[in-house]
Amino acid sequence: MLVVQTYLLYGSLFVSLFFEVFLLITYLEVRGEIRREDEMLKKDLTHFPTVSVIVPVLNEEKTLLGTVDSLLALDYPKDKLRFILVDDGSRDNTWEVMNKFKDHPQFSIYKKENGGKHTAVNFALERVYTDLVGCLDADSFVTESALKKIIPYFDDATVMAVTPSIKVHKPDNFLQYIQKTEYSWSIFLRRMLSSLGALYVTPGPFSIFRTRVFRELGNYREAHMTEDMEMAMRMQKHHYKIVNAHGAHVYTVTPNTLKGLVKQRARWSYGFLNNAFDYRSLFFNRKYGHFGMFIMPIATLSTFTSFILVSNVLRNGVTRMLEAFTRYRAIGFSGDFSLPSFDWYFLNTGTLSIIVLTAMGLTLFILYLSMKLAEGKFKISKALFYYLFLYAFLTPLWLSKALFDMAFRRKVSWR
Amino acid sequence: MIDSKKYLVAFLITAAIFITAILASNNLNNKKLDSFRAIENRVALDILSSETQFALLEETSCKEIGPGFLSKELGSLGERLSYAESQTGFNDADIEHLKQSYFLLEIKDYLLMKRLTEKCGFKPIFILYFYANEKDACEECDKMGYVLTALRDKYPDLRVYSFDYNLSQLEALKTLVSIYKIKPNLPALVINGETMYGFRSVEELEKAVPALTKLKTRVELLNATTSTSN
Repeated sequence: MLVVQTYLLYGSLFVSLFFEVFLLITYLEVRGEIRREDEMLKKDLTHFPTVSVIVPVLNEEKTLLGTVDSLLALDYPKDKLRFILVDDGSRDNTWEVMNKFKDHPQFSIYKKENGGKHTAVNFALERVYTDLVGCLDADSFVTESALKKIIPYFDDATVMAVTPSIKVHKPDNFLQYIQKTEYSWSIFLRRMLSSLGALYVTPGPFSIFRTRVFRELGNYREAHMTEDMEMAMRMQKHHYKIVNAHGAHVYTVTPNTLKGLVKQRARWSYGFLNNAFDYRSLFFNRKYGHFGMFIMPIATLSTFTSFILVSNVLRNGVTRMLEAFTRYRAIGFSGDFSLPSFDWYFLNTGTLSIIVLTAMGLTLFILYLSMKLAEGKFKISKALFYYLFLYAFLTPLWLSKALFDMAFRRKVSWR
Repeated sequence: MIDSKKYLVAFLITAAIFITAILASNNLNNKKLDSFRAIENRVALDILSSETQFALLEETSCKEIGPGFLSKELGSLGERLSYAESQTGFNDADIEHLKQSYFLLEIKDYLLMKRLTEKCGFKPIFILYFYANEKDACEECDKMGYVLTALRDKYPDLRVYSFDYNLSQLEALKTLVSIYKIKPNLPALVINGETMYGFRSVEELEKAVPALTKLKTRVELLNATTSTSN
């Protein structure tokens, strides 16, 4: 048993380290590409395709106005931009708030019976006649230049969807600070996946599609409560190109309670695993390049390896605490204040700790690159500190919940 | 369609990190063993030197035997040994060998101390401690170990000799066990010729052996050295 555990642990470390090294090599390859994109975005747009933005709303009377205001502030010709608000059967004052826009030329508002987010979006998709269409959750806010930074990517006729960079809206407790750093990491990861042609999610907040994608591949599906992952996987299956516009920033409200965060992440992990299972024919299929051969398998595998790594960290922590407790029972707190003199002999020089240290060093380096890409600069902040020390202890909560739900096929809920 | 060279490069780099980690770890652990052996040699030399001095003294008086007569480094050797035992990555055979020679040194030190007591009327306090590493053989050995470390920290002149009860390859240890008739009821302590079984806290030991409290504590010793140096 111990041998199996050791192999699993080393295997997991190998997989994680391999992925980090792979990401860094990818970064070296695409650095130039990112610089060229930044140059391209500085030029003025000459061509403005028509765009519709769908806002599905459910009981979001408080944040809806902020979302709409950010949309109205978008730097884009008004006659080319249309907003479709769909009330998915809210029980609060959402519909009254929406009515404020009923005479606004850029808006169409609809109310329908509650049927889940994907039904609200599909309802609106039937009423879209613009070149491009996107979605914005009613708890997210776009920055003024977001759309202008997305549109140029559609100059490439093969690009079918463009995803933005998502950031945390006004973090103010440690959970949200952790997510802030985590989102920076995602911004980096998505940019790398974009170059590999391996994006497996077109996030709900402000991913923009060519409208024909839905006409050709069909509308959103329920997809285990993660319709934005299923859509991306479906597009990948049909070789529809998805790219990431790392300069287009969207802010989203993130859970501020542990319960909310675990629920959201469990839904994401559960959704990913189930959708990955539904699209298993893409796995190890040469036709699907990096996406099929590497990214999908490793994203699936890493759900399990991170579980193994984190449970190992936890087990070590528990062993240490038990030791401290035994010591306490034996001699109380005495002796704690006489620190032993430093002697390298007592440093842990096991293979495992050297590998773990290396992996942590690489993680820090990738975080540095991520923050440079997401924020333009690297700053040692409390967000970074919380992430480094606490994130590992949170992930097992939702991973175990997701795996549990997966095993027992329990239905996960949205909110 | 995909560039498999990149995967190969990533794989090679990752493998190189693993191999470097393994080599570095082996190298550092060997260095640790070397440093351990160096201390072991010093302790052996200390004991040899004390024995020789003692042999010479048979003809003269006890006056010249100072407080530094017995080896000071035995305790530190013990700490290093138990740390090495708790880590993975050391060779079991190496550890086993180190343990045997450590126990032998302890027995030699113990004998020397006994003879010193007989000849010169010293009354050093010592504890013989028998433990087992396996949890089911001795549930309270972890706790007992902490108590003895704390006790030795408090009274630096106290000599604690610890022995792995189950290291039966060592004949000298077997003999020691049979002299004191130690039963496999661990942890077992021998203090001032009295055998005790089971866990004892610092306070319980101090109560059971009042002579302990007559030893100078670390604080007193420190004060003494500061006042003499002034």
